[in-house]
Amino acid sequence: MFTPEMLESVKKVEATRAERMKTEPRRMTAEEKDELLKAYHPDYRAEGFKEIKIGPNKGQKAPVELTNLLHSNSRLLTEKVDLSKIDYDVDVLVIGGGGAGTSAAIEAHEAGANVMIVTKLRIGDANTMMAEGGIQAADKENDSPVQHYLDAFGGGHFSARPELLRRLVMEAPDAIRWLNDLGVMFDKDEDGRMVTTHGGGTSRKRMHACKDYSGAEIMRTVRDEALNRQIPVVEFTSAVELIKDDKGQVAGAVLLNMETGDYLVARAKTVIIATGGAGRLHYQNFPTSNHYGATADGLILGYRAGAPLLYQDTIQYHPTGVAYPSQIFGALVTEKVRSLGAMLVNKDGEAYAHPLETRDVSASAIIRECANGKGVDTPLGSGVWLDTPMIEILGGEGTIEKRIPAMLRMYLNYGIDMRKVPILVYPTLHYQNGGLEIGGDGFTKAIPNLLVAGEAVGGIHGRNRLMGNSLLDIIVFGRNAGKAAAARAKEITLGEMNLDHVQAYAQELKEAGVEQEGVSPMLLPKYARHER
Amino acid sequence: MENMVNVYFYGKKYSVPGDLTIMTAMEYAGYTLNRGCGCRHGFCGACATIYRIKGKNELKTCLACQTQVQEGMYVASIPFFPTDKRTYSIEELKADQRVMMELYPEIYACIGCNACTKACTQSLNVMQYIAYAQRGELEKCAEESFDCVSCGCCSVRCPAGISHPMVGLLARRLTGKYIAPKSEHVHARVEEINHGQYDELIEAIMQKPIEEMKELYNTRDIEK
Repeated sequence: MFTPEMLESVKKVEATRAERMKTEPRRMTAEEKDELLKAYHPDYRAEGFKEIKIGPNKGQKAPVELTNLLHSNSRLLTEKVDLSKIDYDVDVLVIGGGGAGTSAAIEAHEAGANVMIVTKLRIGDANTMMAEGGIQAADKENDSPVQHYLDAFGGGHFSARPELLRRLVMEAPDAIRWLNDLGVMFDKDEDGRMVTTHGGGTSRKRMHACKDYSGAEIMRTVRDEALNRQIPVVEFTSAVELIKDDKGQVAGAVLLNMETGDYLVARAKTVIIATGGAGRLHYQNFPTSNHYGATADGLILGYRAGAPLLYQDTIQYHPTGVAYPSQIFGALVTEKVRSLGAMLVNKDGEAYAHPLETRDVSASAIIRECANGKGVDTPLGSGVWLDTPMIEILGGEGTIEKRIPAMLRMYLNYGIDMRKVPILVYPTLHYQNGGLEIGGDGFTKAIPNLLVAGEAVGGIHGRNRLMGNSLLDIIVFGRNAGKAAAARAKEITLGEMNLDHVQAYAQELKEAGVEQEGVSPMLLPKYARHER
Repeated sequence: MENMVNVYFYGKKYSVPGDLTIMTAMEYAGYTLNRGCGCRHGFCGACATIYRIKGKNELKTCLACQTQVQEGMYVASIPFFPTDKRTYSIEELKADQRVMMELYPEIYACIGCNACTKACTQSLNVMQYIAYAQRGELEKCAEESFDCVSCGCCSVRCPAGISHPMVGLLARRLTGKYIAPKSEHVHARVEEINHGQYDELIEAIMQKPIEEMKELYNTRDIEK
């Protein structure tokens, strides 16, 4: 399957393997990391960003594609939606059927609330399903939530919101317990001890996993639980705008049936935005590891209604996306491959960096190697080697099949046996570090009774996120949002519903003279040939 | 010049580049996918697809996002299949043989045709995990079915009307909850946190100035 040039380079990787395995590559100093990020991380490329001209974050930068969506009008501006005709009337409306939304719905239901999930694809069609490597929690004797806090705070460049990070690390062990009690099959030894490994930037081995189907195992379990509880799930229906009432509270959402084109009205005492990330906006033309619906919809809905964003200018590029073969370009190669021992190696067979630096540093180092002619050419660009045969040498024959079966299967589909040959990787657009700003209680500060959970939140991780802290955050903040929303719903009396903010936003856009042609949220990426 | 191949989506012929997957070839042909497309990386099972190569007898099943197009491929997607999930309270179940008999009795109607295994897009031994379920060997059923993405291709082909992904899912939840050994260290840590053992420490680290945090972070010891 490899080209002759690739095969030539593989020989060099093989030739240096024994020598490389004798030592661990040095970790970079703080100064070296800073310098590398400034020179090579895509967040530092000015042309990838554009100033937001209206709304709470006016004057700040966001990726060009996101700013353009923020500068677009609502599709409801020209649609007549009768808000007095209510199709759904609930205590808690959860927008998004991924891990955060589903966890929220389960907890809201547990608390006795009348809760409903609305999702534009199917429940479970989410980045959660695709998370491979694992979930962090400080539950071993040599570890503590404080150590977890330190790792995450430093890895996020000291910019996480302390009250959010506190919740993340303090509620992590209980998240694992909750999932285990729901029946998630974690990797354990015969005594019940969780098998835990390192992720990039962790100082303790606290990565819990379910082979390399960690997110899939979590998602299918919480989905099953939500279905068992008979929580209503309205699929192929997207929220296209929040509804507010005359008291300025959130009061529900206007929904769009993706198949029939009908608009529907959902009235709700509390609303949880759990719409996930933005990989399908393809910032700076990067490929993405994200699912089909990752188009930042929740950010648009929230922002248009007046909720501020936080760290919307920081994006996570996962260092190891597939660079070759082209059919799976951009797909995720889990960080666990490096946790299990595979080194990152350039065209000449050099291990140019420690394999478990934080993701932003690792990604920048790959971009540097490729920019300096140390990458291997591929049909769609270039990449560096991830020396996977090392895993079998370190862990024994069969380790890859047992611990990372999804990766093995993905490559075998294209005739590449990662047990025997290394694989080619290049950074892929993976995670939205920023999002809507919330307080420690999970509520937005700007709009009463509106909560946000999961990847749509900004500030939990700061300006970079560690592996395994996202599966964790969707569970911790999802559960919290569900409980908090159910409790708040008991106190709420809704007033008259309106969409005045949509008109006001349109006016602001007009005055700023920055209106884009299309409408937002995007809902689905434009991949059909005539739409590109 | 790109190597083009002829494929047939729902019987209609299109010429598409031969290095595309079925999913990207449909988009190349002009389809805007709504159903039948999820994670696009082989984990969610949204893009179950059935195809036949012109002139060949065999019907094949696959995930559209993980399968390269071939000359003469007749393709139909299966965006939804009415698999039958039974509802239950996991708290009230017991991990014994009876549970399968009660919730999924149709597994005992399996005629052993092995069509499910042949249809599996993940190359799992589906008939084997159903056999484990029949015998109440839940842990084995869970392991054997672990890589299932619930695309439902097995159920599409099953003459006994079995909803295989649902059977595997039940076995896995029972295994994770009841059969796998308890993780005492997780429970111990939850208890410690609930008793406020880390409250002061976490408050203290939250209050530290950034410079001090940088020092702490850059000099922390890393477990080998």
